Amino acid sequence: MAMSQNFGKNLVFLPIVAAVILIQLLTAWTGSVYYLTQLTMSAYYSLLIVGLCVLMGYAGQISLGHAGFFAIGGYLSAALTTRNLSPYSGQLPVRLLDSLGCLHAGQDLYGDPLLVVTPWVACIIAILVALAIAFILGIPVLKLKGHYLAMATLGFGIIIYRIALASSYFGEADGISGVPGFALLPGLLVSGDKAYRVSNYYIAWTVLLLAMLLLRHLINSRVGRALRAIHGSPEAADAMGVDTARFKLKTFMLSAVFSALAGVLLTHYNGGIGPSEASVMKSVRYVAIVAVGGMANIWGALAMGMVLNFLSLRGFFGTYDDAVFGLILITIMLFAPNGILSLQVRGLWRQRGLFRRKKPAVKEA
Amino acid sequence: MTSELFIQYLMAGITYGSIYAIVAIGFNIIYNTTGIINFAQGEFVMLGGMLSITFLQYLPLPLAILLAVVVTMGIGAAIEMLFIRWLVNPGILRMIIITIGISILIREAALHVWGANVRSLPYFFGNEISTIAIFGARVSPQVLWVVGTCSLMVVALNIFFQATSIGREMRACAANRIAAVLCGIDTRNMVTLSFVLSAGIGALAGAVMSPITYTQYDNGTGLAIKGFTVAILGGLGNSLGAVAGGLLLGIIEAFSVSVVPLAFQDAIAIAILLVILFVRPHGLFGSSAMAGLKEF
Repeated sequence: MAMSQNFGKNLVFLPIVAAVILIQLLTAWTGSVYYLTQLTMSAYYSLLIVGLCVLMGYAGQISLGHAGFFAIGGYLSAALTTRNLSPYSGQLPVRLLDSLGCLHAGQDLYGDPLLVVTPWVACIIAILVALAIAFILGIPVLKLKGHYLAMATLGFGIIIYRIALASSYFGEADGISGVPGFALLPGLLVSGDKAYRVSNYYIAWTVLLLAMLLLRHLINSRVGRALRAIHGSPEAADAMGVDTARFKLKTFMLSAVFSALAGVLLTHYNGGIGPSEASVMKSVRYVAIVAVGGMANIWGALAMGMVLNFLSLRGFFGTYDDAVFGLILITIMLFAPNGILSLQVRGLWRQRGLFRRKKPAVKEA
Repeated sequence: MTSELFIQYLMAGITYGSIYAIVAIGFNIIYNTTGIINFAQGEFVMLGGMLSITFLQYLPLPLAILLAVVVTMGIGAAIEMLFIRWLVNPGILRMIIITIGISILIREAALHVWGANVRSLPYFFGNEISTIAIFGARVSPQVLWVVGTCSLMVVALNIFFQATSIGREMRACAANRIAAVLCGIDTRNMVTLSFVLSAGIGALAGAVMSPITYTQYDNGTGLAIKGFTVAILGGLGNSLGAVAGGLLLGIIEAFSVSVVPLAFQDAIAIAILLVILFVRPHGLFGSSAMAGLKEF
């Protein structure tokens, strides 16, 4: 019974899966396969955005520092998989990693020995670090509210940006390039190489849809109800015995992990990362997209994340890229604080009874 | 550290500190009348510098600065009337996002108008290498202009808020909005006025600091976060606290140069901000009981 109920709930994913496949076939048919590159990148950004959406829309905590978590994921995996460890090969930590099979030996461009961490291990390290930072940062930060919370997360984002920009280990203003592909499974390589374009499109969407599946279950579970209660009134939720601090922290950590994972995968896909990925403007952009999607609406966040990132990556906004996101932020917050989907369309649907939920059929006795 | 070097760092700290204090007071003025933190506060400073540089091509320096300040005040008023005035009881999250959006728009507009080049006003007296001696340290005369102008602004604002009837109306609005309405004060105009005032002082600070610190389209974010740090240090809404906080942060930053690489200087201010937010969110001089009554 429970199985079939869950199955019915997840039918929502069918049209999306169909659309994803249809788009791929369409690009193959029209010979515009290059669109898949931006669609793949958008999918990774959307992974971050749906995570942020749960934090902002459901737990009600704003974060202006999520580009920081993205950068932690991206930069750590990039640095670990490119920085040569062979000069330190005699030292204990490196020997330990090597004996555990975490290192990959090869040759660099000049034929010198190159000893780097394997992508899987780098990915796990990057995500654990993001998780740890989210935990350490989250405990004090999530006690703050409103302006203070916004400023504290903004400050965190700027610190990460500064570290990326100022340390030679992370390549300073140049960032890190030459990041190798990430073999998720034998034959499934996350890489920007043309030959892997189609498979990467499906990898990105599989990851994104699995994340959505997880979030959907989370939102409809006890945790989701607790989060909504916290958003509505933290005091009331507290009084009802909801451990508000713990739920907020967990959501913060979850969204940090999503961001870091997006950073790791996109960095392997792009073959590199630069400090602009850690910039405040990126964090603001993610907040803008969540706001446009309707704050507490992961589907809206997903849709807007795909559309706006795709347009931005295709260079649709030209030199007005950042300005467009600023304008979107203001317009949405002024006229439709509940997101673009809350505008007329929804009212229209509701009028015609299309959007109304079916009432459970009650049998007359 | 020699005493000359000490004074050198101290003067640098006071110079930057007085700018931070002005930005923080700009935050406070708007926060007091509206309960909003205006994230676009740093952009007013940038606009003051940029507009003065542009107007200087056609006008003598004092007039160019005056016009820049007036135009920035106009922009402040326009922002309030376009985006803030007609919102009924907006939530804090909504206001944060709107003012962030405004700051992005101003910054991008500045990028398209003035480009990404670093610009600056000429020194008001002398040039880059002229110095005067203060207790054995050599400082640029522009430093005196910055510190003097900022002190004058603080004094003038205090007189304005204490002694003029409009200033008193604004304070009444800050203390209790509903009571102010009942006394016949037009609180909406007071809100507009607070935007005009904080835009004006920000622009003036931006113009006098331009020869030393240079002006670039994206100066605003850094200044805003430091100004906010200072506002929190001094206790949000407390202008004299902001002056003390500004000098403190400026001096800490100046002395940190000898310990921490310059690239991480911004990170110091932010680290201070985070520590203050976690440990004493009501500021160094505020009381936690008072802060409990306010809504952030």
